Amino acid sequence: MDKELRIVGFLCNWCSYGGADTAGVGRFTQPTDLRIIRMPCSGRIDPLFVLKTLIGGADGVLVSGCHPRDCHYAEGNYYARRRLEVLKRFLPIIGIDQGRFEYTWVSASEGQRWQHVVTTFTNQIHALGPIQRIGKDAQARACAFGRTLEVDVSA
Amino acid sequence: MKIGVFVCHCGSNIAGTVDVVRVAEAAKAMPEVAFASDTMYACSEPGQDGIIQAIKDKGLDGVVVASCTPRMHGPTFMRTVARAGLNPYMFEMANIREHVSWIGKDKEANTRKATDLVKMAVAKLAQNRPLFPSSFSINKRVMVIGGGVAGIQAALDCAEGGLEVLLVEKTTTIGGKMAKLDKTFPTVDCSSCILGPKMVDVAQHPNITLYANSEVEEVFGYVGNYQVEIRKKATYVDWKTCTGCGACMEKCPSKKSPDAFNEHVGRTTAINIPFPQAIPKKASIDRDSCTKFKTGKCGVCAKICPAKSIDYEQQDEMVTEDVGAIICATGYDLMDWTVYGEYGAGRYPDVITSLQYERLLSASGPTGGHIKRPSDGKEPKTVVFIQCVGSRDKSVGRPYCTGFCCMYTAKQAILTKDHIPDSESYVFYMDIRAPGKMYDEFTRRAMEEYGTQYVRGRVSMVYPKGDKMLVRGADTLAGTQVEVEADLVVLAVGAEGAKGSPQLAEKLRISYDSYGFFMEGHPKLKPVETNTAGVYLAGCSQGPKDIPSSVAQGSAAAAKVLGLFAKDQLQSDPQVSKVDIKRCVGCMKCAMTCPFGAIKELEHRGEIKAQVIETVCQGCGICTSTCRQGAIQLQNFTDNQILAEVNALLQSELEEA
Ligand SMILES: Cc1cc2nc3c(=O)[nH]c(=O)nc-3n(C[C@H](O)[C@H](O)[C@H](O)COP(=O)(O)OP(=O)(O)OC[C@H]3O[C@@H](n4cnc5c(N)ncnc54)[C@H](O)[C@@H]3O)c2cc1C
Ligand code: SF4
Ligand code: SF4
Repeated sequence: MDKELRIVGFLCNWCSYGGADTAGVGRFTQPTDLRIIRMPCSGRIDPLFVLKTLIGGADGVLVSGCHPRDCHYAEGNYYARRRLEVLKRFLPIIGIDQGRFEYTWVSASEGQRWQHVVTTFTNQIHALGPIQRIGKDAQARACAFGRTLEVDVSA
Repeated sequence: MKIGVFVCHCGSNIAGTVDVVRVAEAAKAMPEVAFASDTMYACSEPGQDGIIQAIKDKGLDGVVVASCTPRMHGPTFMRTVARAGLNPYMFEMANIREHVSWIGKDKEANTRKATDLVKMAVAKLAQNRPLFPSSFSINKRVMVIGGGVAGIQAALDCAEGGLEVLLVEKTTTIGGKMAKLDKTFPTVDCSSCILGPKMVDVAQHPNITLYANSEVEEVFGYVGNYQVEIRKKATYVDWKTCTGCGACMEKCPSKKSPDAFNEHVGRTTAINIPFPQAIPKKASIDRDSCTKFKTGKCGVCAKICPAKSIDYEQQDEMVTEDVGAIICATGYDLMDWTVYGEYGAGRYPDVITSLQYERLLSASGPTGGHIKRPSDGKEPKTVVFIQCVGSRDKSVGRPYCTGFCCMYTAKQAILTKDHIPDSESYVFYMDIRAPGKMYDEFTRRAMEEYGTQYVRGRVSMVYPKGDKMLVRGADTLAGTQVEVEADLVVLAVGAEGAKGSPQLAEKLRISYDSYGFFMEGHPKLKPVETNTAGVYLAGCSQGPKDIPSSVAQGSAAAAKVLGLFAKDQLQSDPQVSKVDIKRCVGCMKCAMTCPFGAIKELEHRGEIKAQVIETVCQGCGICTSTCRQGAIQLQNFTDNQILAEVNALLQSELEEA
């Protein structure tokens, strides 16, 4: 594969992070682009995290949690599904390709499925190529600390 | 803040494909990193001592260990850090083994990725704050779900340990599959003779309350304080007065009711006690077969019952029980083998399952222990056993080995010869798997002493020919086709998680795999725990296993519960949500989304504010992403901490660009 791209994964601790561990234990080879951030639950994922990550310069964002009905916290992934689905539809409105963001469900036992998810998503991001940058300054500001999104798109 | 970074070689597990020295070098340049080094085995005693020494020597405020998954050694290192006098939450882990070294071979790319992960962990740690657990008291009662041999063992061990035990069994008797077996391998001793006394112990133990014919409806709460709603299903017999005399069974006119206990090889009466040694020994009415329920006429049992126990109006009853821990021992079911068209898909009466054959062998079974084939009641002279039906077969979605079929097939072949000395048995097998004490010797006995013909190869077809079943298969050792004219064909059907396991797992908030087995906390080191504190596993509910292993796990689960209850107070995980009163506008959206009801209203200077009940909060953070004010923050996973990780990663990209 060509030069690595920046892919950020937000994974719930109980299922998908465990699935990624299972994939590792099983030595299921995967592309190296993805960096995983561990979350307690997919329900903890604020859609703004995804936006901020994409605007901050990531080429793709992957969210993965427990299969619906199978959440460690009973219903976190239902909240996640609603929020993330809305986000996905919203992305084109602000000019971000929908393909740069996916959410999936992978359980802790599904190492092989995780390998497949990572490989497919990474290929998808490589097919889209690097995201268009919004200018170094604005990007730096988007990266800058705090939870509010202050992006001057004109920059 | 002064942060220390320790990059683990894990022998060659990490160092083989990640340049750990370079990662440690790079860490030294990261903001707030005061010390960084690589270490051979961070989790070993010298490794941990090294971390403690560095904390003390360099006056570190926080530690990042880059090694394996936090799901494995997170708690280990938190204890290490605490031993050095730091707050255990001033610690972060970068997973450079499972997520880096084991999944990619490119050392350059791996080293870059590992460096990024360390950078992210450092950035998060810089935002960490010390957290302190609070204590809460626990209810020292335990609930065991499933009354098979594993659940029975767990219940008895807990009860002997002085705990109050509730045993919930969905059928009308405990005993599970073992109660259906005739003899058990490898000793060929009578199954009910060794199980029976244990079942009686359950009935008589003062610490055990048995809920038979009951199911768990809802589970609320958390470790130490669970509330369980149990549905006691109607039996239409008052069990308080029923003496189990069986008079009703003798007189019931509906004699053709399906007999689940006998695996449907026999018939039973609509009101019945499943078998003579049943515990509790009480009658119940099978509504679907009962003439009274179907037509309104009959009512014979009510007339005959000497104890006047029959109650056609009885309703399901709901009971709520408080317990501190739960042991799940719901066992297994045989997979639905009728997907095998080549074996007749259930159409031929003389092709039966292994469990049905156990009932035919059993002296308490429908044929009184005489092997009679279902079609015409004749004694079979040639019996063919087919192994791995629904095991090790990807094509039906059952790729795993059930593990006990090789053994029970050998047992059944031996018992066949004992019952019918002039009979012949054939076993079609793929491999013989007999790793247990005296197990290999046992299968050899079946071959050598009992003359069972073992044929290595799959059966391609079973079909009727006259009054026989023609079994056609391959002998892969001889390299030929074989055909056997059998009187009876017994399928060694593989096991899957008990029906309803996924639904139960959802109620207990534990994980299960695609075969319906519950997931243990760690495949090697936490075989009894689940990822939900206070919920433990025993027996085949966790994966197929034989009786000795089921019993061992039952005892292990009991030991875990006794260990948990050895304390009067538990410490709650302080990674809970916290409200910033100044930001909170009192909209209570957080309370609406919290699945645990952990958020309550609080009056604060005449205004409504949200407040988190620490011991109830499970730390999911759903509330945090709900609150638009950013007022409620899940500690250790705050917005700032998560965004710090994102920023650390993207900034390194900015620097490169
Ligand atoms: C044909 C055959 C022969 C065998 N022979 C041998 C042998 O000779 N020696 C040997 O070591 N092993 C043998 N085995 C394996 C043996 O059956 C198992 O090891 C053993 O039964 C496992 O016990 P368990 O308690 O885990 O599960 P089970 O016996 O399946 O018991 C589970 C119990 O939980 C109950 N339950 C299920 N779901 C719920 C729910 N939601 N709520 C409440 N209760 C529930 C069930 O009704 C059942 O009573 C044999 C298996 C088969 C199929
Ligand atoms: S959602 Fe936020 S603002 Fe609303 S009550 Fe909860 S903490 Fe307060
Ligand atoms: S983190 Fe929030 S939503 Fe989750 S249990 Fe705690 S208070 Fe409830």
